Amino acid sequence: MNQTTNIFPDQPRWETEGTHRIPFLTYTSDEIYRRELERFFYKGHWCYVGLEAEIPNPGDFKRTVVGERSVILVRDADGGINVVENVCAHRGMRFCRQRHGNRKELVCPYHQWSYTLKGDLQGVPFRRGVKQDGQVHGGMPADFKTTDHGLTKLKVAVRGGVVFASFDHEVEPLEDFLGPTILGYFDRLFNGRKLKILGYNRQRIPGNWKLMQENIKDPYHPGLLHTWFVTFGLWRADNKSQLRMDDKHRHAAMISTRGTGGKAEQVTQVSSFKESMQLNDPKFLDIVPEPWWGGPTAVMTTIFPSVILQQQVNSVSTRHIQPNGHGSFDFVWTHFGFEDDDEVMTQRRLTQANLFGPAGFVSADDGEVIEFSQQAFESKPFHRAVAELGGHGVEDTEHMVTETLIRGMYRYWRDVMEAE
Amino acid sequence: MMAATLNFEDWLALTQLHADYASAVDSGNWDLWPEFFTEDGVYRLQPRENHERGLPLATLSFTSKGMLKDRVYGIKETLFHDPYYQRHVVGSPVVRGLDEGRIRCESNYAVFRTKLSDASTVFNVGRYLDVVVRTPEGLKFASRECIYDTEMIPNSIIYPV
Repeated sequence: MNQTTNIFPDQPRWETEGTHRIPFLTYTSDEIYRRELERFFYKGHWCYVGLEAEIPNPGDFKRTVVGERSVILVRDADGGINVVENVCAHRGMRFCRQRHGNRKELVCPYHQWSYTLKGDLQGVPFRRGVKQDGQVHGGMPADFKTTDHGLTKLKVAVRGGVVFASFDHEVEPLEDFLGPTILGYFDRLFNGRKLKILGYNRQRIPGNWKLMQENIKDPYHPGLLHTWFVTFGLWRADNKSQLRMDDKHRHAAMISTRGTGGKAEQVTQVSSFKESMQLNDPKFLDIVPEPWWGGPTAVMTTIFPSVILQQQVNSVSTRHIQPNGHGSFDFVWTHFGFEDDDEVMTQRRLTQANLFGPAGFVSADDGEVIEFSQQAFESKPFHRAVAELGGHGVEDTEHMVTETLIRGMYRYWRDVMEAE
Repeated sequence: MMAATLNFEDWLALTQLHADYASAVDSGNWDLWPEFFTEDGVYRLQPRENHERGLPLATLSFTSKGMLKDRVYGIKETLFHDPYYQRHVVGSPVVRGLDEGRIRCESNYAVFRTKLSDASTVFNVGRYLDVVVRTPEGLKFASRECIYDTEMIPNSIIYPV
């Protein structure tokens, strides 16, 4: 019996007080996963729900999720942005089935309870009963108040055209949640310009949701796994770069400036570097610097727990992490541009999008490695991963030869998850 | 819509093109794929959602045979992925229009994926929207758009649909 317990432990066993050895069980336990939903997605955190540009007009809505809970992002008649849970207050039906659209009100078809676009209950059929032969039959009790039966409303924060929501109305202001350093990188991308939605990509990745956060907190792999990055100098170990975190180490920005590419000692000894590789069509890498970059050619920002903000040269997107069980998440990419983009810039962003997404020259293999990691975690949950590049500690750096951001995220994870 | 009639010879060539394409992309010989296109041929793999909403983003969007060759190099040399077999089942083309020798047609497709030692699964389902032109080497795609219903991609798409 002991042998079984050793292989399938109940609790994650951290080898030290640090976070440089990460128990596989953190990726495989349903119990831990449910606690993560509670503590990260449903309490004390802001989760990404969408972009204002997705719902430009009154009545426009988009169905999305916070954690595993279905929510509706909707603009009301006054232009205000609301996020309400997609669960009818009556019988609990997940009533909104369209993924997007325009409505004057929200109606649950089951018994036609209707709600305003702010989520207030406004209509209950037969509330006063039905009159028949001079008698009133049925109806809601006299003490039934519509004000008690609205949809669950989430707290909403909008900044730079990006909408975040929280089930926790006590959550700190978004700006404090992000902290000044990460807020700076957020505002660099979303500096008040109107956004233009270019479209969506969706993929279901059979791996724990944290692996995607870790993938974009890991500047070690891009110059090794991704031939395009190392060969064309887009992202590799000799690029000028910084790694930055908020003071809780949950969010991070990986900042990099493209080098000249080509051969260089050390970084191009790797097998993924292809010195003779040339594109048949250079349009893929028709990169034009934009004033708002302010230097860096790539800034990848991880906002814990729910979203990744991508700037890779001219391609910009949000990547929404939507967990569904401990071993799977949906990854929804929203590519966008800016309202002052001319047609040439729009086409450039669209062409560079070939590098990213579920079939991208660079990103497709990220989903693959996450799947294969999860496979191994499931088979030996007593084991642990190693994240010791750059030491055991957690600190900002002026280089990318480190796994400090992963250690930082797990420092925060342990603080929250191990609290009573 | 224009009344569209093809003579038998053209119809035969068109259906042969469809069959040859499916056979090529399932063969594992990826170099065959770009040869179905003209030099400035367009290949787009786009979720139906974007297509129907007029959103321009595609999952893959190539606008030259050179780009297709770059994709083939990516499949063979740069994209780390789980190997898999794929199997296309393609319906008969519906001819939507004929203008100046260009055939506008569409056809339904289903692609099954079989990972090694694993079950076969429905991988990507949709329809091709094609513009086919005559060239000295026979019919080629000036444009092939794969508009897929399977918007939630099972992790990743590596090989040509």
